[in-house]
Amino acid sequence: MSIDFLYPEFEVVRNMDRCITCRVCERQCANEVHAYNERLDKMVSDESKCVNCQRCVSLCPTRALKIVKSDCKLRENANWQNDGIREIYKQANSGGVLLSSMGNPKELPVYWDRMLINASQVTNPSIDPLREPMETRVFLGKKNVKPERDESGNLICKVPPQLELDLPVMFSAMSYGSISYNAHASLARAATEMGTYYNTGEGGLHEDFYQYGPNTIVQVASGRFGVHEEYLAAGAAIEIKIGQGAKPGIGGHLPGSKIVGDVSRTRMIPEGSDAISPAPHHDIYSIEDLRQLVYSLKEATEYKKPVIVKVAAVHNIAAIASGIARSGADIIAIDGIRGGTGAAPTRIRDNVGIPIELALAAVDQRLRDERIRNNVSLVVGGSIRSAADIVKAIALGADACYIATGALLALGCHLCRTCQTGKCNWGIATQRPELVKRLNPDIGSRRLINLLTAWKHEIKEMMGGMGINSIEALRGNRLMLRGVGLTEKELEILGISHAGE
Amino acid sequence: MKRVYVNEEWCLGCHLCEYNCAFANSGMDDMAEALKGKKIFPRIHVEENDRITFAVSCRHCEDPICVKSCIAGAISKRDGVVCVDQDKCVGCLTCVLVCPYGALAPNENGIMQKCELCLTNSFGEPACVSGCPNNAIVYESRDEVQTEVDPDGRTLYVGD
Repeated sequence: MSIDFLYPEFEVVRNMDRCITCRVCERQCANEVHAYNERLDKMVSDESKCVNCQRCVSLCPTRALKIVKSDCKLRENANWQNDGIREIYKQANSGGVLLSSMGNPKELPVYWDRMLINASQVTNPSIDPLREPMETRVFLGKKNVKPERDESGNLICKVPPQLELDLPVMFSAMSYGSISYNAHASLARAATEMGTYYNTGEGGLHEDFYQYGPNTIVQVASGRFGVHEEYLAAGAAIEIKIGQGAKPGIGGHLPGSKIVGDVSRTRMIPEGSDAISPAPHHDIYSIEDLRQLVYSLKEATEYKKPVIVKVAAVHNIAAIASGIARSGADIIAIDGIRGGTGAAPTRIRDNVGIPIELALAAVDQRLRDERIRNNVSLVVGGSIRSAADIVKAIALGADACYIATGALLALGCHLCRTCQTGKCNWGIATQRPELVKRLNPDIGSRRLINLLTAWKHEIKEMMGGMGINSIEALRGNRLMLRGVGLTEKELEILGISHAGE
Repeated sequence: MKRVYVNEEWCLGCHLCEYNCAFANSGMDDMAEALKGKKIFPRIHVEENDRITFAVSCRHCEDPICVKSCIAGAISKRDGVVCVDQDKCVGCLTCVLVCPYGALAPNENGIMQKCELCLTNSFGEPACVSGCPNNAIVYESRDEVQTEVDPDGRTLYVGD
């Protein structure tokens, strides 16, 4: 209907002096933007279908293409911005809930960027990580507080089950279904090579990936898809997913169109049926209920595997974490408001939850105050973008970080934020075989390994600069952070001083 | 010997290899200048149907039938690479008929040309391989001995 017609958001700019009509753009665009016009003997484009994923731009052999944001806009208005008006038109036309993908794109404060890291000068020498050993290994799990001895006075060395990470980064949960087989293969191989873990998400574990079990965290979420005894036994740890940063308080919905073949088998649901994860776990209405599930899972795996409870960062997170730390869980994972998703209602993603930095600082402080910090390890996610973010998170009190968007970027994601369409041109968020094959796990895993290797170097450099030679000595070391441009209240919650103090 | 191997599992059917091949053998520096407005005659060809795509180029057979078939003596094997002497080629297309892989095709003037691994052009290494976005074409020497034998029992191709 013309009433809600808006000029396409993106324009395809083709340099006709460079275009050799090789039609690579046409073959590579799942959105069917490009086409060859035989009569004109040239390439033409339908930009209304373009999502700006830049696949054509990247593959064009003569660099003839670029995608630009259209300058055909409605009249400027600070209150009614173009995106907001587009959304109104869309809803006026469809009557439906708006869906979005990937993390919150709004201009919320990113506290990582308002915290600066310390370095040693003169009085406390810095350490050169190329010359001296630097420990980036961390163990996640419940820690014994007091040494215990048997009758004859020997130390009892039994510790609760731990996850051992060579560097404080893991790949966070993305289900098989929301991302492709090849994306999972890349993550699994990279986690194995780097001595860390990837996470199945709520889609079950494909039979081909049981071999990576020692580096796999298996998730149990509210839909219980793909959960069975061997699945639990296969993983190195079990994660109970209560919430996700991009959509706290609501469940998930993988449309039936994506439940095909192996996805259906792995999730243990019929082909074509919608995979609906309820908003709550229907058996968890209290910390006591959570405790029952934690211990059911521990019982099922003979107390050999740590249990993670993953929650979204919400207003009351410190109290929630305190409850989880008493539930018997070994690890708490917290996901902030900027965390990614394969599909979430736009309004929820953009407005529900709190930033991970504040949640982390509040939780760490609360657990310390209550003297239960050693009951659990803390893992944080929800937009960890670089090695610097990791160092800051650890200094704020995290044991390790979860990354997902960063990992997908390494796999080729160009953050076009249209995962929900299932037509990912980069072979990541799709189940269409001809698109899935675009992600060769040989290349994908290598790029993930490169990314983590680079981050490990950077973490060591920054630690060395601070005169610190192990992650253990950095953890919760908030003196290593200073705030810039933050209010008294923000500094108080983060538990750090302002720069210059 | 290093050869070009194709892994159809990762071939996207984007045809970039054909264009990179044509550019590498054009002798020009700029791809747009070399290929714009021209029909290309690459030495690698993407075969495709609804279910599968893969690129085909010369296998550099151990016992090449094209060499034996050439009535002008234009095809020979040099250091394991099957080469065409275009000055000798008479364009009879016998080699096209006999090649079991369909790896040979004439150029725009009807003279034969074939994949010579970019060893003699300005690229120096197979352009199809370096330009493939998904590692579907690789240039490597493989340990395992692979042989293919035609219906008459002749060894066509031996990998090293």
